[in-house]
Amino acid sequence: MSESLRHRRAFWGVGLVLVAFGLLALVGAGELLAQDASQIRRYGDFPVIGARGAIWITAQVHLMFAAFVLGVPMFAIVVEAIAIFGGDKRYDKLAKEFTRLLLIAYSATAIWGAMLTFALSSLYPVFWSYLTTIFGPSMWLYAALFIVESFTLYLYYYGWDRWSEGKAKYGHWGLGILLNVWGTIVMFIANGWLTYMMSPPAEVAADTAPDQVQLWSAIFNATWMPINIHRILANVVFGGAIVGMYAAYRFLAAKTDEERAHYDWMGYIGNFIAIGALIVLPFAGYYLGREIYEFNQQMGITMMGGFMSWLWIIQAFLIGVLFLAGNYYLWIGMGRIPGAERFTPYVKYMLVVLVAGVIVWATPHTIIASRDEIAAMGGTHHPFLGALGVMSAKNTAVNLMILTTFLSFMLYRRANKIPVVNWARSGTIAQGAALAIAAVVVTFYGVYGYFVTAIVRIGFSVYQVLAVLAAMLLVVVLDVMMLRGAKSRGEIRWGQMPPRSQYALFVLAVTFTWLMGLMGFARSGIRQHWHVYEVIRDTSAQAATPALGPAATMISVCVLIFLSLVAIIFWLGGLAEKPAHKDPADLVTAVSRGGEV
Amino acid sequence: MNEPRGVRHPFWQAVLLLIGSYLLFKFGISVLPPLIGIESAPVPASVVLQFMATALVGVLLYVSADETRWKQFKEPIHSVAVDADKKVLRTSMLIALPLLVGFLTYRQVSASVGAPPSLRSVHPAPPNRITFRGESMQLAGLENPLRTTGEMSEHLAAGSTVYVRNCMPCHGDRLDGDGHFAQGFNPVPADFTSNGTIAQLTESYVFWRIAKGGPGLPKEGTPWNSAMPAWEDILEENEIWAVILYMYDQTGWSPRTWEEEHEAAEGGDH
Repeated sequence: MSESLRHRRAFWGVGLVLVAFGLLALVGAGELLAQDASQIRRYGDFPVIGARGAIWITAQVHLMFAAFVLGVPMFAIVVEAIAIFGGDKRYDKLAKEFTRLLLIAYSATAIWGAMLTFALSSLYPVFWSYLTTIFGPSMWLYAALFIVESFTLYLYYYGWDRWSEGKAKYGHWGLGILLNVWGTIVMFIANGWLTYMMSPPAEVAADTAPDQVQLWSAIFNATWMPINIHRILANVVFGGAIVGMYAAYRFLAAKTDEERAHYDWMGYIGNFIAIGALIVLPFAGYYLGREIYEFNQQMGITMMGGFMSWLWIIQAFLIGVLFLAGNYYLWIGMGRIPGAERFTPYVKYMLVVLVAGVIVWATPHTIIASRDEIAAMGGTHHPFLGALGVMSAKNTAVNLMILTTFLSFMLYRRANKIPVVNWARSGTIAQGAALAIAAVVVTFYGVYGYFVTAIVRIGFSVYQVLAVLAAMLLVVVLDVMMLRGAKSRGEIRWGQMPPRSQYALFVLAVTFTWLMGLMGFARSGIRQHWHVYEVIRDTSAQAATPALGPAATMISVCVLIFLSLVAIIFWLGGLAEKPAHKDPADLVTAVSRGGEV
Repeated sequence: MNEPRGVRHPFWQAVLLLIGSYLLFKFGISVLPPLIGIESAPVPASVVLQFMATALVGVLLYVSADETRWKQFKEPIHSVAVDADKKVLRTSMLIALPLLVGFLTYRQVSASVGAPPSLRSVHPAPPNRITFRGESMQLAGLENPLRTTGEMSEHLAAGSTVYVRNCMPCHGDRLDGDGHFAQGFNPVPADFTSNGTIAQLTESYVFWRIAKGGPGLPKEGTPWNSAMPAWEDILEENEIWAVILYMYDQTGWSPRTWEEEHEAAEGGDH
């Protein structure tokens, strides 16, 4: 063999080996790259309850505390304003007492918020990265505002006694307003994140890179503003209910008549604010529901007519409980108002309207029935009760319940007063006529709704709402004018309430909390197996939307955790406040002056 | 203070109210409306229970909303619980009440031959887009094309033929869900004359349900109980639109319109 041939063979041999190594290296690198890609951890796991359960609990409890710390300052400043402009110091004390509860609740909100952030980043790292890419700057703003908000709260509370007179008091009130402004902006920012997941803008598709999504477009999505409005009102309701529950707890634990009088009055104010805001909340909810339906018909039907539809029956029951409990508290409260006995015969009629309203509102369209019962009905719709299962009947029922609750408030307010204006009789007749006309309009459109097309029927609900709101506005204006300089039939005997009335306040708070969890699930659950609806799919093992049973269990667990923590906060609030009651003379003086809002 | 007696006593008023409510819910709803020409039917037990729970809460609120009434209401209960001369009644109730609860529990949990009640959603959510015989079709905003083309009388005649040949055996010649085979299905076929079915829906929704039938129902809310075939394998597109026209014509309902959804589509739908 010649040397050149050996060289040539050696060259090819080495070449082949190199090519083989090269191929192997390429294949190996491909394998390695593939391994790297597969090793990206999309989802983490959490012991016992799983990743989804962990996010659910942390998010829900955080939200409940957030609602508390956003709702309470709203009426703290309203109550403080009544003290400043009305000159009644009792209200100032009350506002401060609310704010003391706020300090502890604020820490709890932050702790649960941090837990939620850690849970999201460790259990859903890829999705969390997606969200932070889009919303990063708004998250920094959120954190900055949170710091500013905290500092404002501390100034507001700890500066209460220092800035209690003259211009300084106005400055202090300004701090309270600022506290609300910061809190509201913080909530709006967070609402942008969660509504983006629900209703991403039209230009965002499954293949849109997150850094290509415009921040403002992502925040200002279809359901952002409806959620903002709904949550502002709901927070006021929730804050009022929690304060009412605190007052009830303190009332039941009170050792002296003075304490009972104070906490009876506080409970009344909490209930007043909660029910007052509750009356307008269904309108905001209707706006949100309509926007969801308009954003995506499929989502709307899933929510209202699909597998989430039974949540609305449960919701109707719970809201029925709220209306009944709120009215019941007022009716019992009439027992401590001189002159209220002339209105007590009307209670049974108002109760009949409310009970009938709950029955209509909670009548399901598709009825749970055995095979024999379905056969007897001729289908899953009852031929007679089926008429109560549609929106015409339900809108009518809820509007009449709102009018009845409003009437309860008006009677309560009028109970111990004798108007002195010479048009008092005709004014009262005008008030009655306004309520009666509103009831007729509501009923007329409710019945007429059965004879028109769906689109026309949807428009009728607007007329019903307008009739109710207009009547309430007119009655309040007349009432304020009529009771100017009114004589008193006697002071309200604060503190003389039977203990069972206080349980109505507990029922209100627990039901509100439950409702928040329930409807939060409805709002979030209609995304189904999507992190971002029809954009980012949830590919984890727990992507399936839970059925109503497991969902109800989870919601109840969240409610229990929240209420247990609130019980601790109440107890701490009592501990911190003990020295303030060393001097009951203040309370005696304050309470003896009577009054209401 | 004069103690009220008989039906004026809050306790007996409460008892009578509850008995009256039960009679109204259990029998009144099924019997009274037909007397004035309104159709009705027996009320399922789940609804009676739901209504009675509400009535019970209402009655309890009524008796306890006034301090005097509340004391009077509790008095007979208190008396039976502690008075020496009520020992026989007390003992009887201590035996009768647990037995009653036990009996009701037994009835609730004992096995029966009937199928268990099922919670079924009536309006499955439609997809935004479907594939009909290989062609993609956008459902949102879709109108029945036969309403704007051709002669309506011809479309209705065609729809009538399609209905009688394919739909009538189950949905009935009166479109009330009571066809010859209807009782063989659980749940029974949809009643188009009811205000709860096609009266609530857009024509595109009805098209989707006819075209895709039971097999095309969405995954959420499963298991579905529907024997409805997927008619896209049998009927042409225009035959489905024609039978939809016929259904609305015969029942007198108007389909839900798209006015608002059009506005939404311009705003943010995707």
